[in-house]
Amino acid sequence: MTAPTTERRHIVVPPGSVALRLENLSVWYGAHQAVRDISMVIPERSITAIIGPSGCGKSTLLRALNRLHDTTPGARVAGHVWRNGIDLYAPTTDPVWVRRHIGMIFQRPNPFPKSIFDNVAFGLRVNGYRGNVAEQVEQALRAAALWDEVKDKLHANALALSGGQQQRLCIARALAVKPEILLMDEPCSALDPVATMRIEDLMRELAKSYTIVIVTHNMQQASRVSDYTAFMLAGEDRIGELIEYAPTREIFIRPRDRRTEDYITGRIG
Amino acid sequence: MTGTQLRPTVGTDTEFQPRLSLRRKVGAVFGVLTVVAMAIGLLTLGTLIVDVVRDGWSVLSWDFIRNFPSRRPSEAGIRSALIGTVYVMVLVAVIAFPLGVSAAVYLEEFAPKNRLTSFIELNISNLAAVPSIVYGLLGLGIFVRALTLGPSVIAGALTLSLLILPIIIIASREALRAVPPSIREAGYALGASRWQTVRMFVLPVAMPGILTGTILALSRAIGETAPLITIGALTYIAFTPKSLLDPFTVLPIQIYNWVSRPQPAFHQLAAGGIIILLAVLLSFNALAIVLRARLQRQIRD
Amino acid sequence: MAMDGVPDVAYTPEAARLAVVAERQERIRRTLQGGLAQDRRRRIRESVITGGLFLAAAISVLTTAGIIYTLGIETFHFFQRVSIVDFLTDTQWTPLFTEKHFGIAPLAVATLLVSSIAMLVSLPLGLLAAIGLAEYLPLRLARVIKPILEILAGVPTVVYGYFALLFVTPLLQRFIPNLQVFNVLSAGLVMGIMILPLVASLSQDAMLAVPQSLREAAYALGATKLEVVWRVVVPASLSGIVASFILAVSRAVGETMIVVIAMGNTPRLSFNPLEQMQAMTAYIVQISLGDTPHGTLEYQTIFAVGTTLFLITMVLNLLSFRLLRRFREIYQ
Repeated sequence: MTAPTTERRHIVVPPGSVALRLENLSVWYGAHQAVRDISMVIPERSITAIIGPSGCGKSTLLRALNRLHDTTPGARVAGHVWRNGIDLYAPTTDPVWVRRHIGMIFQRPNPFPKSIFDNVAFGLRVNGYRGNVAEQVEQALRAAALWDEVKDKLHANALALSGGQQQRLCIARALAVKPEILLMDEPCSALDPVATMRIEDLMRELAKSYTIVIVTHNMQQASRVSDYTAFMLAGEDRIGELIEYAPTREIFIRPRDRRTEDYITGRIG
Repeated sequence: MTGTQLRPTVGTDTEFQPRLSLRRKVGAVFGVLTVVAMAIGLLTLGTLIVDVVRDGWSVLSWDFIRNFPSRRPSEAGIRSALIGTVYVMVLVAVIAFPLGVSAAVYLEEFAPKNRLTSFIELNISNLAAVPSIVYGLLGLGIFVRALTLGPSVIAGALTLSLLILPIIIIASREALRAVPPSIREAGYALGASRWQTVRMFVLPVAMPGILTGTILALSRAIGETAPLITIGALTYIAFTPKSLLDPFTVLPIQIYNWVSRPQPAFHQLAAGGIIILLAVLLSFNALAIVLRARLQRQIRD
Repeated sequence: MAMDGVPDVAYTPEAARLAVVAERQERIRRTLQGGLAQDRRRRIRESVITGGLFLAAAISVLTTAGIIYTLGIETFHFFQRVSIVDFLTDTQWTPLFTEKHFGIAPLAVATLLVSSIAMLVSLPLGLLAAIGLAEYLPLRLARVIKPILEILAGVPTVVYGYFALLFVTPLLQRFIPNLQVFNVLSAGLVMGIMILPLVASLSQDAMLAVPQSLREAAYALGATKLEVVWRVVVPASLSGIVASFILAVSRAVGETMIVVIAMGNTPRLSFNPLEQMQAMTAYIVQISLGDTPHGTLEYQTIFAVGTTLFLITMVLNLLSFRLLRRFREIYQ
């Protein structure tokens, strides 16, 4: 009965095209450990999906990549995340700098209760953008495939947009500050299928220039959009671990680990 | 419709001037300012208590509590004021508590969602913020004159009851709202009527919160001065009220009377009175905390 | 999200209540065994009780009606004798002198001045304290500090009057030699400290209602904590914060004992906060302390002043509630 598990948690990436290298990353909420000892390499200009049943720590892991846990009282992170030879968790690294270069899209669209323009311009203003703010706002909205729909109402309240538009606005808002990496935390879970499809198309487009890490509980979505897939699972102790990590096609066609297979075929989760 | 115009920046920032260290410093300064703001409040409270205790400590004695006020500071005491306060507060509790809880039960458990209800609700919120001296004018017009109760213990108690009624109602409603729906369902599931459910299931669970809110409202009433002066409560009496229709004074009015005199000896008496007043308030609040803890434990067991 | 892993939120376990509930269920079951015959009686009793409870709630409406009636009737009598134009435009208030003037301006300006000083203290300090409590302090520390701050709001105002007259004024006189014994400045400063917790508490509530997801969105764009607070949280909770400010103004306008004790009882039109003046509330107290016979003009003046006070505070209160309701509609 006990299937032999072949260790497969590493993918081969040429040294020059590593976007992030995670090294023994663990996260605690208070006394409870949520994620244990994750080491993995995220390749540049590609989409990496993190999948797993709810409670496996995939969102927790994602939030560790831009040091968002620093803003949560009681949360603690150990380990390292390397980017271009810089440890994002080194004491000398400013989390504000990290977040400015690693953008994030959240589960539910969360535009500020301000105008569409002010939403996109927010990051530009706080980070001291030197160029023409209006131009950059337009480019970001174009990049997020939203410009045509909102160009006539840039000063309308962002909350008046539909859910799918709001989410694309959030993507535009993140793109405006010119990040290198985009983290997406189940970005379509609150959207209908049509809006979801648009976001997925957009992701494929953005992956030409950005590194995208997406957390999703939707396996079809992972198989549709991602180049690489990591499968996480929490054991008896409710601590999430990385089980398997490989090019997406291999994970879905030939999972090596029994637990990955069980999850993909719908037996767990 | 492509992302090509918007290439991610690689390497150093040239288009942005993030000035991270400056922003960090400004943020730290602001953080300190918020602490300073709180510290100013807390320090003022500390200074006030130290100042009052330093001024009034020397006059505290059994005679101070036992004696009636007097023209001679060395013989003056707070007997009539203290007894007046106790009388008025007992009456206020007896009048305001049942009315306040009933109104809260009605609004939270019985009231239909209609215009009358929302009018009553708005009205209560407004009453909670009406200046206390306006209640004094109300008491003067209605209780003292129209009902010819005069500036008596009962007129004072009625005035203060109306004053704290909105506070009791608001606190009791919050306590009732905190009762989980499962408790109500337990009652309805047995075919109990609404009132039976409220009386036997909801009220007992909400009671700690209701009592705490009531005690806090009463401590507001203990400290009230202006409405009682307005209805004509006396500032100087050397007897204690025998009936509900007798004139009276209360501790805050006695304190005011002493503060408003020029001689420092009376200021010391005022400080002594304040110490007693604050001690009474403190024990009231302690009572509220103990009561809440005990009742919560009782419900849990 | 903010409370993840910080399980110090007190809660009563459902299971623990079951014993009590079961016991009451038994009692109800016994009560209900009367059968259909008692059904009618029960219905009648139910509606009598509902009616009684409604009456209790209606007392609040009666109270407002009583206030409007009492103030209204005496104010009406007052304006039969004094022209409303004089009341609003005369610059002197001398009802107790032989040459009588009934201009509300000196009292109203005094109230406005002392309230303004109080607001200059309580708005910035209250908002800063609210930001500290809601955003900067660790949750546990905020839970300790907030109730201590709220003691400030529970101290009787007569005590603040004592403090303003006998501590703050002498202290300030060391730095401002021409400060009078009774003055607007001390009264205003102390009143500001008294109102601080009201602003802090209500503003903090408003800020805590702003969804955590907005804070995270701003952090994820490279904003610092200050920028998150100042550019996202405060604007998003602005109507709630403004509502707390307005309620604070209403409190200051109606505050009585501080101004009676520390600000003086001389109605004179001035804008110098170092001098003594008489606020509207202080005038009412001054007349009440004397023996003013019912029906005299002096008796009616306090109701006219009271009406002015009531109208000002009611407009402020209703404005504040309207803003609060709009704020709640956004986030609920």
